[in-house]
Amino acid sequence: MSEIIRVEHLKYVYNPGMPDATTALDDVSFSVEEGDFVGIIGSTGSGKSTLISHFNGINRPTSGRVLVDGKDLWAPGADLRSFRFLVGLVMQYPEYQLFEETCARDIAYGPRNMGLDEAEIQRRVKEAAAFVGLSDELLEKSPFELSGGQKRRVAIAGVMAMQPRVLVLDEPAAGLDPEGRDTILGQIKAYHEKTGITVLLVSHSMEDIAKYANRVLVLHKAGIAMYDTVENVFARAQELLELGLSVPQVTQIFLKLRKMGLDIPTDVYTIPYAVKTIKKALAAKQAKGVE
Amino acid sequence: MLKDITIGQYYPGRSVIHRCDPRLKLIATIAYIVVLFVAANPLGIGLSLLLLAVLYRVAKIPGKLILRSLKPIVPIVIFTAVLNLFFVTGEGEPLVHFWVFNIYAEGVRYAILLAVRVCALIAGTSLLTYTTSPIVLTDAIENLLRPLNKVHFPVHELAMMMTIALRFIPTLIEETEKIMNAQKARGAMLDTGKFTQRIKALVPILIPLFISAFRRADELAMAMECRCYHGGEGRTRLKQLRFTATDGRCALVLALALAVIVSTRFFVPGLV
Repeated sequence: MSEIIRVEHLKYVYNPGMPDATTALDDVSFSVEEGDFVGIIGSTGSGKSTLISHFNGINRPTSGRVLVDGKDLWAPGADLRSFRFLVGLVMQYPEYQLFEETCARDIAYGPRNMGLDEAEIQRRVKEAAAFVGLSDELLEKSPFELSGGQKRRVAIAGVMAMQPRVLVLDEPAAGLDPEGRDTILGQIKAYHEKTGITVLLVSHSMEDIAKYANRVLVLHKAGIAMYDTVENVFARAQELLELGLSVPQVTQIFLKLRKMGLDIPTDVYTIPYAVKTIKKALAAKQAKGVE
Repeated sequence: MLKDITIGQYYPGRSVIHRCDPRLKLIATIAYIVVLFVAANPLGIGLSLLLLAVLYRVAKIPGKLILRSLKPIVPIVIFTAVLNLFFVTGEGEPLVHFWVFNIYAEGVRYAILLAVRVCALIAGTSLLTYTTSPIVLTDAIENLLRPLNKVHFPVHELAMMMTIALRFIPTLIEETEKIMNAQKARGAMLDTGKFTQRIKALVPILIPLFISAFRRADELAMAMECRCYHGGEGRTRLKQLRFTATDGRCALVLALALAVIVSTRFFVPGLV
């Protein structure tokens, strides 16, 4: 596997030179392998949204470099727009960017900007709509007639239709009911598995990250606190709690059990794995009893 | 690019000018504009600029901000200056003569004076908005216009509309930037292409912006009604405007300075 995104000593300051200047990111360095599903977490104001708008050149680093597919976004002569098609960014509450008369035309906006021919555009619209479960009937409706969750799926399809190599989503499930959450995140996961593209998912919910990602980037106070596989990050559950982040409920139970003196691992973050660990612990206990 | 808009851009500080009664600042700004036109001679304009420089210094506003507030009006200033340069005719021989154009010494002087005066005007009003938060400013306007209530002029409603409009300028700018970024992420080309293409490229920005502005207005109206807003009748304020002794001294100093500038009119030959 090769590196698709590389960030080197990235620093970003809002309103430089003004009395309200704030450093949103300070000396951030990391890289993402192609095909990974990276969850990005951090408390409010830790720089998550600022960080992800660097990957397609919406934000320009105050200092440091951002490389996508080995190329510096801000190198002299670099074509920023080509990076926007390479890294698809779904912003927070993306349903507010819808503008066309029909959903199909709105989804086609990105591919059309890429200069594709009409047949290819239509093919991509159909494909992206299928990924997020939009029926043909819905595609012909005005986006303003749809429910919140449907609108959001149209907006996500609009970015998927550009067939980027990296899909970045900023809180795609924010403000949706639990069912809408699971639908959207499940569709993104299925999309990731089917196409094999790299996905970066910003989320507040540890449960979501644990369920869908294979690597986790923890941001804290404008810097990286942890960047590791999901197992390794949740094994440091205590530290996560100290950073003011929550850990999945099942991890919390295991932390408490461990505090009560049970000899069990703390890197448990999904229910099936928890069941397995408990069974193993029980078997070990029985074996001890037999002796 | 949108961040360069300085209307209602408050630059927080603790200077005397920041803490001054907003009514005084408002009146002083209007007086300053009048003086700029009354004292239309080189000495008067020079002294006006000096006064402005001193005030900016006292308010501790960086010079960079003055330049930023002047940037948007540069084309207008150049346009009017050039017009004056060519069309003001004076006595005596023209300085330059070609084809149908004659440039007279008067024209040059008038063009420079006009340019400097417009810049001073903008810088002067910018000082008001830099040192006064929009909410306080509309409070002052409402207070000063109160006598008009007698003739059934809806002073409070007007002030409330201004407050809301000013309050939502930054919000809408932020919103616009968000939408622009979202469409840029989908490959929108906003700053390249032919004029007609650029206009077309604005549609994906304007439609979501309008929709969100209407939604916001709706939500705000609902929130205001939920808190029993019913107009200005019998409404009291959390922060009362008070004219303090310091304000009095400031008023005196300013009045003296402006009077001196006006007096130059009587012993320096004017240009108009």
